[in-house]
Amino acid sequence: MLQVLINGALLGAVYALIALGLTMVFSIMRVVNFAHGQMYMLGGFVVYYLYGQYGLPFYLALPAAGIVLGLIGVAFNRFFFQPVLATSTREENSMLMAVGTALLLENLALTLFGEKQRGVPEVVEGIFIWGDVAEGGVVLTYSNMLVMGVAVLAIVALLGFVQYTRPGRALRAVAQDKEAACLQGVDVKTTTTLGFAIGAALAGIAGGLLVTIYGVNAGVGSNISTKAFIMVMIGGAGVTKGAILGGLLLGFAEAIGYDIFPGSVTYLIIFVAMIIFLLFKPNGMFGKPWG
Amino acid sequence: MKNRSILRCTLLAIAAPLAILAAPVHAQDVLKIGVNGVMSGEAASWGLVNKYCAETTADVYNAKGGVDIGGKKYKIEIVALDDKNDPKLSVSNAEKLTSEGIKYIIGPNIDTTALAVKPVVERAKAMNFPYAFAKELYSPPANASVLGMVASYQVGPIMYDYLKTKKGVKSIAFLARNESDSKNQQQEGVEAAKKLGLTITADKDTYEPGTKDFMPVLTKIIKTKPDAIVLSGVAPADAPLLNKAARDLGFKGSLSTETAQDSKILAQVAGAKANGFLSVGGASTPEIQSDAMKAYIEAYKKRVGEWNDEAGTKVYALELIIAVLQKNPAAINDVEVFKKEMETFSMVNPFVKDGKTKLEFTGKADFGRRSQVGVPLVVNEFQDKDFKTLFVGTIKN
Repeated sequence: MLQVLINGALLGAVYALIALGLTMVFSIMRVVNFAHGQMYMLGGFVVYYLYGQYGLPFYLALPAAGIVLGLIGVAFNRFFFQPVLATSTREENSMLMAVGTALLLENLALTLFGEKQRGVPEVVEGIFIWGDVAEGGVVLTYSNMLVMGVAVLAIVALLGFVQYTRPGRALRAVAQDKEAACLQGVDVKTTTTLGFAIGAALAGIAGGLLVTIYGVNAGVGSNISTKAFIMVMIGGAGVTKGAILGGLLLGFAEAIGYDIFPGSVTYLIIFVAMIIFLLFKPNGMFGKPWG
Repeated sequence: MKNRSILRCTLLAIAAPLAILAAPVHAQDVLKIGVNGVMSGEAASWGLVNKYCAETTADVYNAKGGVDIGGKKYKIEIVALDDKNDPKLSVSNAEKLTSEGIKYIIGPNIDTTALAVKPVVERAKAMNFPYAFAKELYSPPANASVLGMVASYQVGPIMYDYLKTKKGVKSIAFLARNESDSKNQQQEGVEAAKKLGLTITADKDTYEPGTKDFMPVLTKIIKTKPDAIVLSGVAPADAPLLNKAARDLGFKGSLSTETAQDSKILAQVAGAKANGFLSVGGASTPEIQSDAMKAYIEAYKKRVGEWNDEAGTKVYALELIIAVLQKNPAAINDVEVFKKEMETFSMVNPFVKDGKTKLEFTGKADFGRRSQVGVPLVVNEFQDKDFKTLFVGTIKN
């Protein structure tokens, strides 16, 4: 059972990091960024090329993935989302824009990077072994520990940024009430761009981090977006702690479910449980605006 | 009268240069071949490899001025459509392709899409070459589909027998991707393994498409203590992750699959942890490839940028279609002629080096008629970044 819990903790930390970026964009702009998974995929490819192909150290390649995706986020927000949000009166338009950007990125990636799964050498090699897994023992690879550690670090850094810095407070203010924030002198346009950039950068960092253990391919985005969306719905859209809790819950549900039930039943149960849960808590666990 | 003459002269003056421009400059005849399959999303490599293989074959022939059928040179044109593994899209693609007069379509890739397009292809008096294993596609009364590769139920028993006799395997756990094709392959694999007297420790376990962390699902499998794990219908993107997770969890037994894989993907993602992994190969393994196959690989690289070992199983369909059309040009517009030729057609396999291996339509033992491309049955073992051919066989006919 200990191995199952370790599997759940690893999945949970990774899922939380993925969900955070999606919830950040939603809290600031009220946009469900369906291209979040594709941004994760691009982050994976940035690290694949910089670290895997051109030999740049991983500790430089990973931040580079965050920066590249942050810049893509700025461009997407400035040229796609802000014009649509400024002129449209219906929320569906921004959703359609998000779906369109997702398809754009996926097809672009397929053309540029090909159809194959790509992988990179392990950043740290080695494994802790405490007994035989078949006899109830536990194993934990150094790679998984690194991923878990960096994911937790990134989450803590984001929470610290949002809580204790001036731009972070501006983000929370915009998330709570755009007009009031504007009256208080917050530059809403710049702040929303920053929020979108951070959301995209988080997706890029998650993709860049996970390419070291899972690899990446051009079509990976849709599944990532779907799972991120489930986590955000469980925790409450736009709430940081909701995304973290949603990620952890899904991670443990998956790990424990696979241990108890046949694989196909696990996700069936997860979806049924989510539907029942949303019937009673339609806003998720912490269905409040950011902060 | 004079006015009429002036008008006539004016019209002639305008029409003459246009007529010269419009005159056929020996417009070459075109042989259109359709490709209908998944070309986006997680399983994109399945359909894209079909598309790339067809395009490469077309490149090879077109570079020589086209393919000679009945004394006429035809330029080969590939019309490829993405069905996203969605039966609705697959049907509309098939309707579009057949409405353009295309008689031969390569694909689709999975049972659900292949079964969905079957009536469309039959109604349009066309033929398709799916890479799906459902027997009802190929057994009478069905008569419009030809299986493009070796099916899991054909190679599975041979692989399990190899594991039993050569590796001392006594028990097997089966793990499938949670899709109808993979689950069918799992069931058929379980039955075949039971017939060989092997103990089955897991027969229903599946994982969701899109899964990246296989530690949870494999933890359960490994607890059943199998000697070997068979990955049913595993996608090339999943195979290295499954190998890696199994080895990380301390699994020391054999891992195998009845689908084709790519050595570069295995090497990049799983590295040495994929050593010993058994999978199905095609014509591309270095031990058996002919000079024509080597030239094909170079043409494929020129078009796509890099070779994919999965393509080794997919080089045959268009080559065989062209060969039958060359033998009987009437088949170009009449698939009934093609079907008659299938019964007796035989040629030297151009991709295998000995020059003695036959390429023909096979499958009579499994489907009751010759409705399968006779791809050599090759089993590979991954070892140190490359595939090593374990054995080459033929499908029972």
